[in-house]
Amino acid sequence: MSRETQQQNNSNSTKMLVAMVGIGVICALLIVFTFEQTLPVIAKNKAEALEKAIFKVVPNASSFKAFQWSDKKFIEVDKSTEGELLYAGYNSENAFAGLAIQAAGQGYADVIRILYGYDVKSQKVVGFYVLETKETPGLGDKIEKEEHFLANFEGLDVSLNDNSTIKNEIETVKQGTKENAWEIDGITGATISSRAIGDILKESTTYWMPIIQGNKNIFRLEE
Amino acid sequence: MSNSKNDNTKTSFWDKLKDSPSTDEFMKGIWKDNPVFVQVLGMCPVLAVTNTAENALAMGLATAFVLLMSNVLVSVLRNFIPKQVRIASYILIIASFVTITDYVIQAISIDLHKSLGAFISLIVVNCLILSRAEAFASKNTIGKSVLDALGMGVGFVFALLCLGGVRELLGNGTLFSYSVFPEGFQEWIIMILPAGGFFTLAIWLIFFNFRNQRKATV
Repeated sequence: MSRETQQQNNSNSTKMLVAMVGIGVICALLIVFTFEQTLPVIAKNKAEALEKAIFKVVPNASSFKAFQWSDKKFIEVDKSTEGELLYAGYNSENAFAGLAIQAAGQGYADVIRILYGYDVKSQKVVGFYVLETKETPGLGDKIEKEEHFLANFEGLDVSLNDNSTIKNEIETVKQGTKENAWEIDGITGATISSRAIGDILKESTTYWMPIIQGNKNIFRLEE
Repeated sequence: MSNSKNDNTKTSFWDKLKDSPSTDEFMKGIWKDNPVFVQVLGMCPVLAVTNTAENALAMGLATAFVLLMSNVLVSVLRNFIPKQVRIASYILIIASFVTITDYVIQAISIDLHKSLGAFISLIVVNCLILSRAEAFASKNTIGKSVLDALGMGVGFVFALLCLGGVRELLGNGTLFSYSVFPEGFQEWIIMILPAGGFFTLAIWLIFFNFRNQRKATV
């Protein structure tokens, strides 16, 4: 190889390198700029979405506090804390209205994340909202839209026995065959997704209900 | 008198607009070279997110935005990018704009972001955008590239709406979530399933090919 072609090759690779790095820098700047601009809006949107969801699943709530379960007791934490949180909703007279609990589990496509409301006094699930789902549009995503399915969560029985276990575990049944207060009327055409919701709720309620009932006084406002 | 004069300028303006090459550049993407119905490009989002008209519209707009921005940048840098690394450069540019779009959609509405899901990031591999960068923007001026991207973008949105509209109407009985059919309409569930996407696309392709063939023979 002559010296000339080698030099040309060298200059070519330099040109390529400069071009790629240059484009990379331009793109990086653009992305960082957009990220910086949208970050506060996105954070606000997410917080608003969560707040809306909490007020949706806890009837009559108009404010809320976040709690974390650690060292066998509930402690109040900042609302933006990472990790598993419970949200206690309070009505306009500052009385405790109910709890909003996050739960997650495998759906048909991906993990489904939900938020459900729990009324401590009547020991019932009183609200339900899907936070995140990638279920098949038009089929699995009926768990968010189907009215008769959402009606299940206006009073789903999760009451405890005397020995602090759930009396009847939540179960999803075939559409139209719901008989008991702890059963979820499923969706034809979204069988797997509606069953997944039942399983997520079952797992979450069997874990949380005894803990919550044993420590429920903490949620009442002290003042 | 003044009326006829007005008419005169109007027709000449329209004639000018009709005959100008810029109009041609813009219109070709919408009808003659429609990216979906004629070029059959970008089939992944076309089949996957067109089960409702709303998703189709959002996906179309997101893709059109990425197409426009990447066409502009590719056109600006067309003399600067060496031939050997051009595809890598285009992908880098496209991926950046997709990331930007992702943030912007999250800022506009979390719900919209939720319903489009993984398909936003898949705009990166939409061959429509790469093909416009390679076949057009890398060889033409910024102005022409913008017109080309706008035309193709509108054509893509139009095609997605054609599919999404039909599928939502037959599969769910609604259009943009508004009920269209009377109570008791039996939905064709298959239309919102992936198979329905293929059927609808096939019917639209038959329609377009039939038209083009007839035009060619006449």
